Amino acid sequence: MSSILPPARRVWWKEPIEKTELWWIAIALVWSMVLFFMMPYWHVFGKQNLSNEAYRISAADFQARTQEMVDKYTVRTETEQNIPVVNPPAGSDVYLIGRLWQWWPILELEQGKSYRLHLSAMDYQHGFSLQPENVNLQIVPGYEMVITVTPNKTGSFAIVCNEYCGIGHHQMVSRMYVK
Amino acid sequence: MADIGSFRIDPRSGLQYHREAEALIKVNAVAGVVFLLLGGVLALLVALTRVPGLHILDAEWFYLTLTAHGIDMLIFWMIFFEIAILYFCSSTLLRCRLAAPRWGWVAFALMVIGAIMTNVAVFQGQSSVMMTSYTPMMAKPAFYAGLILFAVGGLIGCFIFLGTLVIAKAEKTYEGSIPLVTFGALTACIIAVFTIASGAIILIPTWLLSLGVIDKVDPLAYRMIWWAFGHSSQQINVAAHVSIWYLVAALVFGAKPMSERVSRGAFLLYILFLQLASAHHLLADPGLSTNWKVVNTSYFMYFAVLASMIHGLTVPGAMEVAQRQKGYTRGLYEWLRRAPWGNPTFSGVFIAIIGFGFLGGISGVMMGTEQLNMIIHNTIYVPGHFHATVVVGTTLTFMALTYYLIPVLFKREMINPGLARLQPYLFGFSMYFFCLVMMGAGTLGVSRRHWDMAFSGMPMAYEWPGAAYLMMGLVGISAVAAILGGAIYIYVTVGSLLWGKRVDSGAASASGRPTPLMAPAAVAQTYGSQGFAAPGTFMLAMVFLVAFVLYYFVNWKYLSTVWGLS
Repeated sequence: MSSILPPARRVWWKEPIEKTELWWIAIALVWSMVLFFMMPYWHVFGKQNLSNEAYRISAADFQARTQEMVDKYTVRTETEQNIPVVNPPAGSDVYLIGRLWQWWPILELEQGKSYRLHLSAMDYQHGFSLQPENVNLQIVPGYEMVITVTPNKTGSFAIVCNEYCGIGHHQMVSRMYVK
Repeated sequence: MADIGSFRIDPRSGLQYHREAEALIKVNAVAGVVFLLLGGVLALLVALTRVPGLHILDAEWFYLTLTAHGIDMLIFWMIFFEIAILYFCSSTLLRCRLAAPRWGWVAFALMVIGAIMTNVAVFQGQSSVMMTSYTPMMAKPAFYAGLILFAVGGLIGCFIFLGTLVIAKAEKTYEGSIPLVTFGALTACIIAVFTIASGAIILIPTWLLSLGVIDKVDPLAYRMIWWAFGHSSQQINVAAHVSIWYLVAALVFGAKPMSERVSRGAFLLYILFLQLASAHHLLADPGLSTNWKVVNTSYFMYFAVLASMIHGLTVPGAMEVAQRQKGYTRGLYEWLRRAPWGNPTFSGVFIAIIGFGFLGGISGVMMGTEQLNMIIHNTIYVPGHFHATVVVGTTLTFMALTYYLIPVLFKREMINPGLARLQPYLFGFSMYFFCLVMMGAGTLGVSRRHWDMAFSGMPMAYEWPGAAYLMMGLVGISAVAAILGGAIYIYVTVGSLLWGKRVDSGAASASGRPTPLMAPAAVAQTYGSQGFAAPGTFMLAMVFLVAFVLYYFVNWKYLSTVWGLS
């Protein structure tokens, strides 16, 4: 009479299923299909999708491309470390490096404009966490993630590292500006 | 064939133990509890360090402690206890001798050596790589070698379980099909074999990398294969604790499954689809196509979620049917009101079922949804989710089972049953709260695995919303309450083993052959009301569904407000 004994009927797989279970399975199955449907639906109608491109890239190459952008579009520097603030034209390719333990450089973007944001890590894995928007991406060394971002608010945003990257991990915090 | 006297029949439960299996079940369970104790002390340190303004550990010790806490709890405590469960569900429930008990001791020795080796490596420093140990960050070779030894031991344990099933079949110790609980344990075992194989595929090269034999392990490939091990090992826990839920329903209520077909079918869905969940850890990674992510992280169209929703109904449903047959038929919930709430084996399991479903289950689906993952990935929402699944779900279930096993396996009277009665409530409810505030802080973006949310001294420090600070403070308070609950568990169980009164161990069976297990006589199902056998459970399931639907769409609404990303 219990779950710790063999089934009462030898041919248990032909027993009828009771209403409670049948109804619940039907409802749960429909809900599962809704859950499944929502993801493709959002790809068509939603504005927040991670349909990113990705490429293999060496740390040196990514560094060089970032440097090129910095050389062209730097408008000022901030903090004692003189981190460049770059203001690239709307619609352009923008680069952000994650390395022990800083994000480099500081990007200044325009509201409502789209940018191709390139992200890569120089050493360990890092976590790109844009706050207070709360958009979180995994940054992996040797790979470049390219994603089109369209800021919909202005202000100063924080970029926190949220993938553990060693003893200075909690000091890895930077900014991104949207005008 | 076993010798005369090699089986013992426990007089309280009627369970029949093969003596060699009994010894192995005991040592594995005890080893698990030792690591739970260690992990619990580390948990206290981690939680109090994360409370803003308290910071009892410095950064170096915090990351070290967090690494050790994760590994000791998620791997060593769980898997030692699960090996005990595998032996129990095969040898004891099938009334069969354990296959190759000597290999059982080899497995145990390997697991102990491995667990100690990894812990020593972590505590020596330079291996604070977190449980995930993502390359290219490297730990010492002993860190990986310990995990590999432990996994080999676990794998041997799995094959002993499978061998025991073969023996039981050959020696005809049961009639018909294996019991549902054993079927669930078989599910856990099959998942475990897959899991350990994945672990070996990635940890062996990483170990060689740490020794300098090879010079690269691709970080993306590492993440993919490591999670086939890291997440799947949590699926072993799910299959194991769901089996224990059915076991406890049977032990406490004499409940039989509402339908063998449905419950076994749901376990089968676990085997087929549950491992795909590993992919949701890669949702924020570069390099994976949308189609791949959508198919895999939906556990192939949510068939594994469906399976968990089915178990979530059928376990309490089986309890309800059993209670109604005893005459507790008034209203929707007399069966539940009259349940033995003072029995920690029942209350622990019931609190685990509700918490696992409402907190762990729903939040898990959020994280596993491709787009919603972006507002959750690597925030403290993630540990909020998995504490609801592996602490409220698995750990509390294992604790509840331990209370049952103290007299019937360890042959001791429980010391301080009053404290034991309180324990599941204290531990369970403070963990509910702990998970909720962690998820709350995660929704505000607070990072996991982070020593200093205030970014003290940093020129570009970010100031989190006040509510995030408040919730991180509440995380600390609820963690302390939960750890107190854990301490009571350790005190009661270890105390009972050490100085609890010995109870009658029961007669040795007269022959070398175990008494065979008879299938029960079939009886007609009696119905509850409205033609539903379990109307109360059905209503509970509806409440669950409403909570699920609302919370799901609230998250989409939240997502729709953030920056456009494509």
